[in-house]
Amino acid sequence: MLSAVFIYNQKGEVLISRLYRHDVKRSAADVFRVHVISAVGGVRSPITTLGSTSFFHIRYDNLWLCAVARHNANAALVFEFLYRLLGLGVSYFGRFDEQAVKNNFVLVYELLDEVLDFGYPQNIEVDTLKLYVTTESVRTQGPVEPPQITMQATGAMTWRRQDIFYKKNEAFVDVIESVNLLVSAKGTVLRADVQGQIVMRSFLSGMPECKFGLNDKLVLDQHPASSSTSKPMVAGGSAAVDIADCQFHQCVRLGRFDVDRTISFVPPDGEFELMRYRAADSVNLPFKVLPVVRERGRIVEYEVLIKANFNAKLSATNMVVTVPTPPNATKCHIKVAGPGKAKYHPEQNAMVWRISRLQGQQETSLTAVVDLAAMSKPAPWSRPPISLDFQVLMFTASGLLVRFLKVFEKSNYQSVKWVRYMTKAGSYQIRI
Amino acid sequence: MMNAAIQSHLAQLQIVKAKVLAALRKGENYELKTELNSEYKERRKEAVRRVIANMTVGKDVSGLFTDVLKNMHTDDLEIKKLIYLYLINYAKTQPDLVILAINTFVKDAEDSNPLIRALAIRTMGCLHVQEVLDYLSDPLRKCLRDSSPYVRKTAVMCVAKVYDLNREVAEENGFVDAVREALGDANTMVVSNAVSALAEMNSMGGRVWQLEPQTVGRLLTAVNECVEWGQIAILEALIEYEPRDEKEAENICERLLPRLQHANGSVVLCTVRLLLRYGRYVKRADLLAQFSKKMVPPLITLLSSEPEIQFVALRNINIILQQRPRLLSKEIRVFFCKYNDPIYVKFEKVDVLVRICSERNADPLLAELKEYAKEVDVDFVECAVRAIGRLAMRFEAAAERAIAVLEELIQMKVDYSLQISVVVLCDILRRYPGKHESAVTTLCDHADHINAPSARAAYLWALGEYSEHVRNVAGLLGAGVDSLLEEEDAVVQLALVNACVKYFLKQPQAAQALVLRALQTASEKCADPDVRDRAYVYWRLLSADPNAARAVVLTEKPPVRPESNSLPEGLLEELIGELGCVSSVIQQPAKQFVYAYGEHAGVPRGGADAAISAADSEAQATSSGNIETAAIEGEPELLISF
Repeated sequence: MLSAVFIYNQKGEVLISRLYRHDVKRSAADVFRVHVISAVGGVRSPITTLGSTSFFHIRYDNLWLCAVARHNANAALVFEFLYRLLGLGVSYFGRFDEQAVKNNFVLVYELLDEVLDFGYPQNIEVDTLKLYVTTESVRTQGPVEPPQITMQATGAMTWRRQDIFYKKNEAFVDVIESVNLLVSAKGTVLRADVQGQIVMRSFLSGMPECKFGLNDKLVLDQHPASSSTSKPMVAGGSAAVDIADCQFHQCVRLGRFDVDRTISFVPPDGEFELMRYRAADSVNLPFKVLPVVRERGRIVEYEVLIKANFNAKLSATNMVVTVPTPPNATKCHIKVAGPGKAKYHPEQNAMVWRISRLQGQQETSLTAVVDLAAMSKPAPWSRPPISLDFQVLMFTASGLLVRFLKVFEKSNYQSVKWVRYMTKAGSYQIRI
Repeated sequence: MMNAAIQSHLAQLQIVKAKVLAALRKGENYELKTELNSEYKERRKEAVRRVIANMTVGKDVSGLFTDVLKNMHTDDLEIKKLIYLYLINYAKTQPDLVILAINTFVKDAEDSNPLIRALAIRTMGCLHVQEVLDYLSDPLRKCLRDSSPYVRKTAVMCVAKVYDLNREVAEENGFVDAVREALGDANTMVVSNAVSALAEMNSMGGRVWQLEPQTVGRLLTAVNECVEWGQIAILEALIEYEPRDEKEAENICERLLPRLQHANGSVVLCTVRLLLRYGRYVKRADLLAQFSKKMVPPLITLLSSEPEIQFVALRNINIILQQRPRLLSKEIRVFFCKYNDPIYVKFEKVDVLVRICSERNADPLLAELKEYAKEVDVDFVECAVRAIGRLAMRFEAAAERAIAVLEELIQMKVDYSLQISVVVLCDILRRYPGKHESAVTTLCDHADHINAPSARAAYLWALGEYSEHVRNVAGLLGAGVDSLLEEEDAVVQLALVNACVKYFLKQPQAAQALVLRALQTASEKCADPDVRDRAYVYWRLLSADPNAARAVVLTEKPPVRPESNSLPEGLLEELIGELGCVSSVIQQPAKQFVYAYGEHAGVPRGGADAAISAADSEAQATSSGNIETAAIEGEPELLISF
């Protein structure tokens, strides 16, 4: 498995170098810098194989995270690991950048010692690690005894401590959907799908057994009677949603789900991503965008109409519409009819149209005339797509609903559950 | 005089500078030495930190070995960990002095705190010094039976480290047996680490372990409870396993199907690998169909993970599709590129798109590829245009539409997409002889813009081949002959001579003057011997027997077959068994880039050696930007010697 992990800053200076095996020397760090970080023509692959040594890298902020292997390593695992390492850094330091690594290099080494042994990933659960790899320089015996920590670090439930207690037992469920859309210049939808994420924040005492129910079509088809109990809380939500695929947090019993699609689990304490899902059928697109872009010699004319395609009681916030302009644009005469303000940003080669709030069923439009500079060698413009960014609260593009969240615990306490829904833009692109 | 004086001054200055630097450098280590021996705990601690910081940036701090070691006996866990880190890095250089540290290790291995016991045993294993082994045996034996699973899982891994260093010690002391026993441990992390350790020892050529049928059940239970990385270790062990009968194979697959729903992409890919691999044992058609159906959605979901994981997934999907071409035929749209996908993801997506395309959905795909061909990245444009060509080659029905798209791209007059479009367009014409002649007109209309050698050669070929369909062929070829000597590339010159001769053979009257001029210029004035020779051959052929010339030049060519982009059968099978691994990503057999254990036992060579020489010669780096592709194209051995 992994022979070494290196962390570099933007310039390629080594900030962290940790070797796990003796088949690689520290100078391998220089090889990676020479061949990848300062390579001419930029990076064209996240995996670089030089002789029998493979370098895997990801980039984050101003850092390069690089793992080295001499075997025919499992590349998927290595990248999953690197991203988990990144998550660990973010969770520990707030921001994971050059400064954070430099200021906390001792801690980073400690973490690296803990998460890999002989190059094999061990336990990378943040909550558990935080019990025994701490930021305080003075280590006093914490509230948790070492034997108990080690039980948790290796136990069947690495993600939860035994002795959690809350006066008020609460659980918050956030359903966050990202809509991906690609529309051709002719207006046909090339692809539309939803990436959903269910994030839970649990503040529950003891070892609660949770059962979680969605308006999953496969479940509701099994028990047609129960579908009547679901309340239509979300605009545009149909009775049942066809989930194409879903992935679960470590804590969910996959075997149970495979048998009868029941989602049952003992949650970690605090915030975690319970599941991810994907839906591709009958996506409710929150916005209709009708662009007309005409190139007429030295000017380009734009007419862009946006219609909010959801319940009038809801509204979209923080909308940003990016309308690309040719690189040789000099001046933009923009008019917006309806909510929002637009401005030309030459450095982005785009008009950026910000709409702080758009009510459901409302429309807004932009018309613009863009002047172009004369060019000695007229090159056609590649016409990048218009892209949208937005948030719509209490709306799910897939129509997904949380039907119930049941909590069972030995002590039989009452718990309060909250659900929120939000749809935001993934990659919402309309070609022009 | 003056110059000499200045130079000697400069030389002196250089010497002084070197001395000062040396003093400074020595100064830092000297200062650290004092600090490490300070009577104040805080100062010693800070000094240890600085030592590690220097070590990280590559400064040599091995001289401080004994001073660092003095601080080892401490209750401060942070210092302890740092010193252990120091030891891991420098133990090999000072094997004699390491013995000084042994006492502390042995004592730590009996600490009441399991974290410290595990830390000691983990670090001792990493020292990689034979001398330590004698002292390691006793603590390791105890730790393998420790009450804390955390210590046990660390000890199990430590056995693999010992085995790497000295097989006899590991076997004679019964450590390997202990790891085999650990497969039955109550704790799943101990089990999964034991699986990893045994597989590791096997890969060192040890053959210490073969998965037994009675262990399989235990692993299938453990997989549900252990951490994600452990699940992968177990899945990989099961992939190597040969089930006793069909029933057992079916059972294993069914028990592992739920893993497809795991949030960790590598667990998903590993499960897919297992299911594909077990296709050779499971024979029931309904089950196999069910497996296929279940693996599609998770594979698609991988395309919404981080770009690097997408890349691995796409490269793997590419392999899977070669074995099961129809697996994803309904999902073509999910592979459409997003404008801001990283370039390496876009390349793979286009490749998969062409692979899963059928005659039915060729049209929408061509429209999509046209969009890509308008983007700004030159390499990606080429990739998209070539994909258009590949589609046209595969499906005759799509050829006409593909040609229309290429003509459109040529008419847009964007230099790089125009050149490559001309080449691809002519390839399509070659594939379907006697059809689509009208496209040649478009080429002629844009003749002035065709300037890349490969594009010009292709265009001239088309002129010769379709001369009867081009209105002003004599004028166009004549212009070519006029500038024949200015053409730098022999490919273009050859194509021009060929085209003129073809034209002459088809319309002898009209072309007589032209062909004479062309052959004369080429045979007398051309610098390139190949071009001159070709011209002479034509001279003689034409003067001796025009009919023979016709038979040679205008002969019917064998049909062009669409290029196959598939891996050979044996390699494909091998890579399916290694899905997710580096070999499946670079699509090369593992033995081509990974040394067998024996080859690098003792002294590591290859990559590590190359590392050193490469680091020394950073100046060469600029010239070796294409190393990566070279490695992919199959000559990894050569790279060792740069």
